[in-house]
Amino acid sequence: MRLKHIAGLLSAAAMSVALAGGASAQQAVKIGVVFPLSGNAASAGVHGKAAIETAVEIINTGSGGLGNLPLTSNAGLKGLGGAKIEVVFADNQGSPAVGQNQALRLITEEKVVALAGAYQSGITLTASAIAEKYGIPFVNGESVAANLTERGFKWFFRVTPVASDFAKIYLEFLKDMKAGGIKTDNVAIVHENTEYGTSVASVITSVFKENGLSIALDIPYAANTTDVQSQVLQLKDKKPDVVIMVSYTSDAILYAKTMQALDYKPPMIIADNSGFSDPSFIKTAGKLTQGLFNRSSFAIGAKGTPTFLINEMYKKKSGGDDLDDTAARQMQGFFVLAEAIDRAGSTDPAKIQAALKATDLKPDQLIMGYKGVKFDDKGQNVLAAGLVIQLQDGENYVPVWPKQLAKTAPALPYKGW
Amino acid sequence: MSSILVQVIVGGLLLGAVYALFSSGLTLIWGMMNVVNFAHGDFVMLGMYVAFMVWTLLGVGPFVGAPVAALVLATVGVIVYFGLIRSVMKGPMLAQILGTFGLALLLRYSVFWAFGANFLTLPGDLVGGTYDVLGIKLQASRLLAGVVALLVTLGLHLLLTRTSLGSKMLAVSEDATAAQLMGIRPDSMQAIAWAIAAGATGLAGALIATFFYIAPTVGETLGIVAFVTVSLGGFGSVPGALVAGLLIGVIESVSAYWIGAVYKDIVVYSLFLCFLWFRPQGLMGKM
Repeated sequence: MRLKHIAGLLSAAAMSVALAGGASAQQAVKIGVVFPLSGNAASAGVHGKAAIETAVEIINTGSGGLGNLPLTSNAGLKGLGGAKIEVVFADNQGSPAVGQNQALRLITEEKVVALAGAYQSGITLTASAIAEKYGIPFVNGESVAANLTERGFKWFFRVTPVASDFAKIYLEFLKDMKAGGIKTDNVAIVHENTEYGTSVASVITSVFKENGLSIALDIPYAANTTDVQSQVLQLKDKKPDVVIMVSYTSDAILYAKTMQALDYKPPMIIADNSGFSDPSFIKTAGKLTQGLFNRSSFAIGAKGTPTFLINEMYKKKSGGDDLDDTAARQMQGFFVLAEAIDRAGSTDPAKIQAALKATDLKPDQLIMGYKGVKFDDKGQNVLAAGLVIQLQDGENYVPVWPKQLAKTAPALPYKGW
Repeated sequence: MSSILVQVIVGGLLLGAVYALFSSGLTLIWGMMNVVNFAHGDFVMLGMYVAFMVWTLLGVGPFVGAPVAALVLATVGVIVYFGLIRSVMKGPMLAQILGTFGLALLLRYSVFWAFGANFLTLPGDLVGGTYDVLGIKLQASRLLAGVVALLVTLGLHLLLTRTSLGSKMLAVSEDATAAQLMGIRPDSMQAIAWAIAAGATGLAGALIATFFYIAPTVGETLGIVAFVTVSLGGFGSVPGALVAGLLIGVIESVSAYWIGAVYKDIVVYSLFLCFLWFRPQGLMGKM
């Protein structure tokens, strides 16, 4: 009697486990997202997480009202019978080795069908190598190091514009400024020494060189440094016309504070996104860097537009911060992945990969100001684009170049504090 | 010498004074009880957040924030001593290392949870702006930190060498059992050492917060420098930490200016290792 009772209980338990397992496999599409949720880039990672959570909420509730943005007008993924998306976040701790281990864990233990992330180019590099090995699609929305798409990978797709796109934007922008009588001959570049800073700096240097503009001063420095006085003094000594800065948030804040302390204002600063786009940089150091130029592919837009509405949803998850360019690119990357899974109508990685290869999104289907999303053989979005923005009042970036996208004219010289 | 180079050296000295300031607490704990406090960088971080809270809630700068941070951290130091250190000191060396390392993570992620991952800063003009002395820029907030570093070093040195409390503390560090036989309570002395060391560290954090960014992970960035400063100066030697801090600050600044910022750590750490090769006890440490 007692044995029978236990056997009955056990079989009931087994059945419910089987049922639950089966149900979740059919209904939820598991996607792994690797971000720096701790470590020195945690501020960016936490904003990225809020962006992905906003995207998931939009897709899973499908309340509509967001124009032609895919997956927003019905609950869940239509192609998979209304299946909901479930995201498993993993923390890369700012370390390429940890990022790689987390990618491995997400694939082998969490059984995710696709991966996204991982913010820092150096970590995207290692995490995507694991995805490639296991044949799992990896969609990156934000890392710009050139070599990520030069490895002959079949499972790696990158939605964001890359360093060479931005180098060309900076070049054209500077040519335009020069035509307007501003000195731009003597360019200095200050960059951190991880994958991101090194590759962006070398791409900018080579693109400028091809066009007859040389980089007069190259100042690499170790990321997460305790002090930047010597770098600022080097700049002060050499007096470049234009300073291009490639830094993550912690160093960006130090540079802003140190430039003020040593009373150094170059005539023009162009910051390459990342640290300088972090909302916590603008809050802590925006007033010290008025007139800073930056690149962007995102604008919040007028009241009532889809990007405006999405920003309102995002603010509820970010603690009130507006959607910045980096978080928006991460969100866009995630939408591209979800749209491909929906079109594939399957969670089979190979079918998702095929769908990603066939992606062809139009500008009105995007939240970013890209000309579309279409991947080449290397997995790079060939329709990615961007513009130059300026932190004129120290609080909000405004589009200033090219002219047809500008809200106001570029203000020069650099004002600082 | 060009004026820029003078500025580089002055900047290095001020930076070095700050290194010395946040290293003195670490070296004191080591000298007193042979415990390496891996949570040291996170004590600095806590000091920074206390200064930030004082400014946010009361609207006053480091002249109030720094003493408050010193008091808060001294209390934390005593709690840590009785709650953690006293027990792990009875265990193997590895338990001490992992114990304080665990404490570091606990502090870091508690602050992360309470304040979020965002970077914070204090207003740049809280201590006063930048002075121009014969073309050399002197940032008031760094100057203040430098002066306090000298005072703290001097104060700790006098305390240990000239007062009866200092003698008792040193007696405990030499031989706790013998000290106990002389009527000194090792427990109280070690708790006082933790209070002083953590208090000095909190003071350092509050002053550094006037010119550095504040983030839960800042202890990681600053902690490593503290360890190098202390081992170069000699574990347990407070004046040693001052000299080592100044040396490291100047070498970093000059090598970053002359050779390149990306190489400054290579220069500093090669010199550091060479030095330890010849003098493993550090500048002023005892064998």
